[in-house]
Amino acid sequence: MKKYLLAISVLAFAFSCSNDSQNSNADQNESGDTYQPENKTTDHPELNDEAENKRGIGKFTHVDLPATLDVPLATAGKTVFELKCYSCHKLTDERLVGPGWKGVTTRRAPEWIMNFATNTDEMLNKDAAAQAMLETCLIRMPNQNLNDDDARKVLEFMRQNDGVK
Amino acid sequence: MKTSIKYLLVITTVIAMAFLLKSCKTKNAAQAISGDAAQEVYVAPGKYDEFYNFVSGGFNGQMGVYGLPSGRLLRIIPVFTQSAESGYGFNENTSPMLNTSHGFVPWDDLHHTELSQTNGEIDGRWVFGNGNNTPRIARINLATFRTDEIIEIPNSAGNHSSPFITENTEYVIAGTRFSIPMGKERDVPINTYKKNFHGTVSFISVDQTNGRMKIAFQLLLPGVNFDLSHAGKGPSHGWFFFSCYNTEQANTLLEVNASQKDKDFIMAVNWKKAEEYLKAGKGRVEKVQYAHNVYSDETHMATSTIENEVTVLDPTGLEGIVYFIPCPKSPHGCDVDPTGEYIVGSGKLAAVIPVFSFTKMMDAIAKKDFIGNYDSIPVLKYESVLYGEVKKPGLGPLHTEFDGKGNAYTSFFVSSEIVKWNIKDLTVLDRAPTYYSIGHLCIPGGDSRKPNPKYVIAYNKITKDRYLPTGPELAQSAQLYDISGDKMRLILDFPTVGEPHYAQAVAADVISKNSVKFFKIEENKNPFVAKGEKEARVERKGNRIDVYATAIRSHFVPDNIEGVRLGDEVYFHVTNLEQDWDVPHGFAIKGANTAEILIMPGETQTLKFVPDQVGIVPFYCTDFCSALHQEMQGYMRVSPAGSTLPISFSTGQQAPPLNP
Ligand SMILES: [Cu+2]
Repeated sequence: MKKYLLAISVLAFAFSCSNDSQNSNADQNESGDTYQPENKTTDHPELNDEAENKRGIGKFTHVDLPATLDVPLATAGKTVFELKCYSCHKLTDERLVGPGWKGVTTRRAPEWIMNFATNTDEMLNKDAAAQAMLETCLIRMPNQNLNDDDARKVLEFMRQNDGVK
Repeated sequence: MKTSIKYLLVITTVIAMAFLLKSCKTKNAAQAISGDAAQEVYVAPGKYDEFYNFVSGGFNGQMGVYGLPSGRLLRIIPVFTQSAESGYGFNENTSPMLNTSHGFVPWDDLHHTELSQTNGEIDGRWVFGNGNNTPRIARINLATFRTDEIIEIPNSAGNHSSPFITENTEYVIAGTRFSIPMGKERDVPINTYKKNFHGTVSFISVDQTNGRMKIAFQLLLPGVNFDLSHAGKGPSHGWFFFSCYNTEQANTLLEVNASQKDKDFIMAVNWKKAEEYLKAGKGRVEKVQYAHNVYSDETHMATSTIENEVTVLDPTGLEGIVYFIPCPKSPHGCDVDPTGEYIVGSGKLAAVIPVFSFTKMMDAIAKKDFIGNYDSIPVLKYESVLYGEVKKPGLGPLHTEFDGKGNAYTSFFVSSEIVKWNIKDLTVLDRAPTYYSIGHLCIPGGDSRKPNPKYVIAYNKITKDRYLPTGPELAQSAQLYDISGDKMRLILDFPTVGEPHYAQAVAADVISKNSVKFFKIEENKNPFVAKGEKEARVERKGNRIDVYATAIRSHFVPDNIEGVRLGDEVYFHVTNLEQDWDVPHGFAIKGANTAEILIMPGETQTLKFVPDQVGIVPFYCTDFCSALHQEMQGYMRVSPAGSTLPISFSTGQQAPPLNP
């Protein structure tokens, strides 16, 4: 399983929306303990043990990812993205309403992404990382009512966006 | 003339008595409340009410939805009247709902609500409402709490004895209050009423899969006033009963002239028999014009079609469809008890409440126990059909609802009270004063086969001192009584919107479990939808500009639009991309000569804007949607006519490229 869980060294705020230069929430971020925008990486070291435990809250406790990209799944994910996610998320690392998606699959466990997409409200209410993001973005991620299949498609599209072939 | 004066005197006396009674009651009103009433009606924060109460709005043309026992207003459903709040009747999507054969009619008088039933029980699918003035019937979808369909009724005027239903919602009924000349000869002297005027009752069939209404047939009837109606049920299923007044056939000063006769009629219609005649080809197709308007939750748009045919059955010479039952003095309410055996008529000016027996009626019909004909329709003998009379029940009986435990509850306008009486032995069991002058009343399921008799609600016509004064105009007062014990107990006053007439109530879970939370964006079939910001755009076709806009917390795409010129007509088609409950966005633009639009999640709504001044025109979201709601705004640049500036639009610097 470890081999699926791509990682970076900066963990807790990996989904954070403010890793671009026009950071208007600098004060909050300075008081945070792990936010290091300058330390954003593009390579994909393994998730460490701490990250591995951050699967979020929801039904997904274990997501099997193929070693290579499932292209049809990613293509279907792009359709969902354009309809339900694109209004707030760019594919670069630039923040719009929510954080840019570049590198998200290396910052977050796949389970966390799937749980956040399908169990948005509970995650925003209870998950520490999601709550920290909310404090930065100040917009609750809308529950866009993605079903499990949609969420999985979007995850594959995120992987494609992060360079998985 | 002498008789007229006598009747005027009687009426004056009755009214004077009513006011006397009223002034006494004012002083005692506070004492009528028992100590634990607050506990009974208190619905704690975050808790739900036990019942939905669908209350007609009368002259506001809308339907109010209240929670019981709290009396909290949950929703106002726009039906026959424009609602600037949502854009209903103003915007492109919903304006066709108010189309009629007279063109756009943005107001009506909604008198009665009726919940759909299956096997005589409220099933929570739809609630119907009648438009009294320009005759129409509306069907409201209880999954969305929206008006899904409005059908105009041809050959009708004063659509009052409506929209009551049969026990499986096979038909919705619409009957005329005003008789009028029909057919080709319509330009006739008014005082030729007896010769030239007719009434009709329409049987509107309901498609059980989608609720779609269709006028199956109309019965052509003598020129009288039809007032209220109710379907038979159980053993009397297949029959429909209507109260009628003005059997004198007066055409002026009805207050006096339609109160001459000792008895008017309850009309009994055997609609299964009518169906047989229809099948046998006895109906005649008439050329008429009426609008049929349907709203779609897939396209989020209404369409209006003008229909031009209706099938009319003339019961003259068609034996067994229609009978008249004599009923004392100007009957108003016409109510059938849960067993389907007893039909209660309430003569507004009568001193008794007559209760008719369906079994006895069938016997009398079989024996041809008639006292004659009225306009060729057989009139049954009163005594042969009568089960019995409730003696000295009160003054001015109007309407009756039932508790399913053998008791009836009748409202009395003149003596301002609800009277509970036993159907079997016709004895009065209890009286409760109302404040003031009750019209309709409602027990949850009280006109069905299965009442849920926890409360009776009084809808009063006069408010006076019940609430803090608000100038000459006061909210109408409703009152809630606990009827779980032997005695009625007043436990709550609550104000209502408009002027409620009939209302219905049902246990909350029958409806709440089906409530739609948002529209699935994948299923949006609006021709102007933008499914995602990628599809947002602005297009010019001649002087028509279509803005395919999206809204999500908290921005529009596009939010900068240039290249619009004076003389253009701009259509803002706003799609709400949210897919969560309770996240509408609104859209309003400065100077628009119309209402705003409210767009529910997954929906597309269209606002038409005709710019009239050169300059920058701001638009914004009107529904507080997020912490950055105040930032949800945009600009449209309007250039002079003849400007060559091309259309351009954006949100942010540029739309981000989509990759990979
Ligand atoms: Cu908004």
